[in-house]
Amino acid sequence: MPKKKRDAKKIVFESVNDVPKMPMSLGSMLHNKTGTWRNIRPEIKLEDCIQCGICWKFCPDMSIVIEDEWPVIDYDFCKGCGICAEECPVKCIAMVEERK
Amino acid sequence: MKKVIMGNHALSYGAMLARAQVISAYPITPQTQVVELLSEMCADGTLDAKFIKVESEHSAMASCIGASVAGARTFTATSSQGLALMHEMLHWASGGRHPVVMGDINRAMAPGWTIWSDQNDSLSQRDTGWIQFYCASNQEVLDTTIQAFKVSESLYIPSMVVLDAFSLSHTYEVVDVPDQAKVDAFLPKFQPYARLTPQKPCAFNGLTSPEHYMELRYKLEEDMEKVIPAILETGLEFERAFGRLLTLADENRCDDAEIILVTSGTAGYTAHVAVEEMRAAGLKVGNLRMKVFRPFPFDLVRRVLPKARKIAVVDRNISYGHHGIFAQEVKSALHGHTDVPVFGFIAGLGGRDITPATFREIVDYTKSHDAPEENIVWIGVKK
Amino acid sequence: MKKPKKFTLTLPEEELVGSGNLACQGCGANLALRYLLKGLGPQTVLCIPACCWAVIDGPFPYSCMGVPIYHCAFETAASTATGVKAGLDMLGETNVQVVAWAGDGGTYDIGIQALSGAAERNDDIIYVCYDNEAYMNTGIQRSSATPYGAWTTTTPVKFFKDRPKKDIDAIMAAHNIPYLATGSIAYPEDILKKVKKAKDIKGTRFFHIFAPCPTGWKSRPEDAVKLARMVVQNGIFPVYEVENGEKYTQTVKVKEKKPIDDYFKLQGRFRHLKPEHLQTIQAEVDRNWAKMLKKFEG
Repeated sequence: MPKKKRDAKKIVFESVNDVPKMPMSLGSMLHNKTGTWRNIRPEIKLEDCIQCGICWKFCPDMSIVIEDEWPVIDYDFCKGCGICAEECPVKCIAMVEERK
Repeated sequence: MKKVIMGNHALSYGAMLARAQVISAYPITPQTQVVELLSEMCADGTLDAKFIKVESEHSAMASCIGASVAGARTFTATSSQGLALMHEMLHWASGGRHPVVMGDINRAMAPGWTIWSDQNDSLSQRDTGWIQFYCASNQEVLDTTIQAFKVSESLYIPSMVVLDAFSLSHTYEVVDVPDQAKVDAFLPKFQPYARLTPQKPCAFNGLTSPEHYMELRYKLEEDMEKVIPAILETGLEFERAFGRLLTLADENRCDDAEIILVTSGTAGYTAHVAVEEMRAAGLKVGNLRMKVFRPFPFDLVRRVLPKARKIAVVDRNISYGHHGIFAQEVKSALHGHTDVPVFGFIAGLGGRDITPATFREIVDYTKSHDAPEENIVWIGVKK
Repeated sequence: MKKPKKFTLTLPEEELVGSGNLACQGCGANLALRYLLKGLGPQTVLCIPACCWAVIDGPFPYSCMGVPIYHCAFETAASTATGVKAGLDMLGETNVQVVAWAGDGGTYDIGIQALSGAAERNDDIIYVCYDNEAYMNTGIQRSSATPYGAWTTTTPVKFFKDRPKKDIDAIMAAHNIPYLATGSIAYPEDILKKVKKAKDIKGTRFFHIFAPCPTGWKSRPEDAVKLARMVVQNGIFPVYEVENGEKYTQTVKVKEKKPIDDYFKLQGRFRHLKPEHLQTIQAEVDRNWAKMLKKFEG
């Protein structure tokens, strides 16, 4: 699994000699910060969180990571779909207007 | 070891000796014997390969491509309608840089529904980026198949070895079947450029924007332009290993010919017979039997043909709205290199017989005209 | 902060699908592949034909995945996978799971011949159809997986889809393959269990995973998982497995089958349907459900 290197690079071919013979991938999509797609962002109220794992389980973009047993939103990639807030059994995730 | 085998089986022996690892094929007359023998060879252990009995030719080429990207050496065979059904996947094999080797039994395209020979099926695929070899003897078929694997795998471009329906596919001839050990020495294991393997994950053929497509295709053409030197080099290596030189063409009596015939396939061997007969009658005729059509051998054509006063290209095919395909390509290659007139003849479509008499008629016409009256001179049509 | 407690994980933590991919917000297909790969692990290769995932992965020269992918022609998911498996076997890499991962269009329609061929030969591949019920990648055109009543760009409201969804699971069961299963992204643990079971079976294994598409269904992105749950609980999409074409086992139980109306209300693609249409659909769902229950009884 491509590690979440925050600085995954864009690939630029200077000349035809840099292009691989077979059309094959040479890097990950981590340079593409899909966080810019959001209009609304999830905010987890950790005091109410019961660590049930449901938000992590249902995030389509792998943008909820587990840090020290707590869910943390990865805002670089979270697309703001709202599934986490919708599925949270204790409703401790709020979808708020994205700040510009 | 000398064996009496049919043309189709020469393809099977070629694939077997080349140690093809995955064979995926669908039956179509007149190719069936190729895959039947290979199926037997896989079943009795003569050939250590997987034989996938696919449900259509499109799936045959798709699974060859899958096996090739997994890293295996692959082979298939087909004809006419089956080749046409594969068309999308032919583009895929070349664009994906998969060195699949395929036998194509030249069979005319339906309708009228036919099983007999002409070249439209393979020539319709001339733009797909495949190497095309045209054979005229069973020995040539076996030898060329082995050579094709070597050339294709060195440049990552697929090739097709083409045989005429029935006049080559079903004819029995004496063939020297080489030693497996010698073939192993000539043709080493397939080294893929890159493979589909969890050891080195990557994605092949992702969506390609205008920013990148041209460079990928430029690279395919760049390697296509190395194919003719590779054919010549491997042809010499083949001679050293097996005693038979493999060349781009058969040049028969061209040096002092006034009229040079340009032919391909078994019609090319018939032309040899006709040339000998006509020479005996005092006519200065020669025959250039072309064995490689893609990439087009420009240098060869420009070296040999301008020696003559007239050139008579005999096509067993037609590009509707234009004329014979070998004729078009010969003309385009000679443009700017010579003023020698090129006559284009079309004969033998749908398996209509091409005999020495056909060539006498062709040479008669060529002799009696300074230039062709039309782009197509039809031979044998009941008008 | 509360006293330290372990974060509950009902699925393996490792991610083999990467972030930064091009899936829409709330994409069911993104979840579907995420779950499949959690079950199969890194010794997996994917053959992906034209479908949303052909684009989601990212353009050349990128890939968001932690497993290798071969993007193949539209109708060739099964045939390419068959070839890949044969090739890998010949090279001695026999422990790699070869997966054909296709949408409903590439499975029900253009890809069905190759799929049927592979299943008849019992080729040793896992074929997964992630079903968002239309040709979504090309802009929401109808497929034979589109349900009765749905709007799509080729079944506009005045001529909404008037044929029922093709029963691909019955078709695959008729091939007598060793294992087939349906699944829904709302029940990932069920998918995992089945994938792990399938991993140890040789031969053709077929999965049909229900994957809502907010973009194509004109539903809210946040409802994707909810819709995938409702469609199971109202009986439209039963979740079960079939062994050797005969033994049917329901794996997600439905205690009390819910009426279909709430499910339809959440999707703009059904907004034009009148009460009489919904009644017809409800009757059909009830009929199919009764048939399914008979199969579960064995």
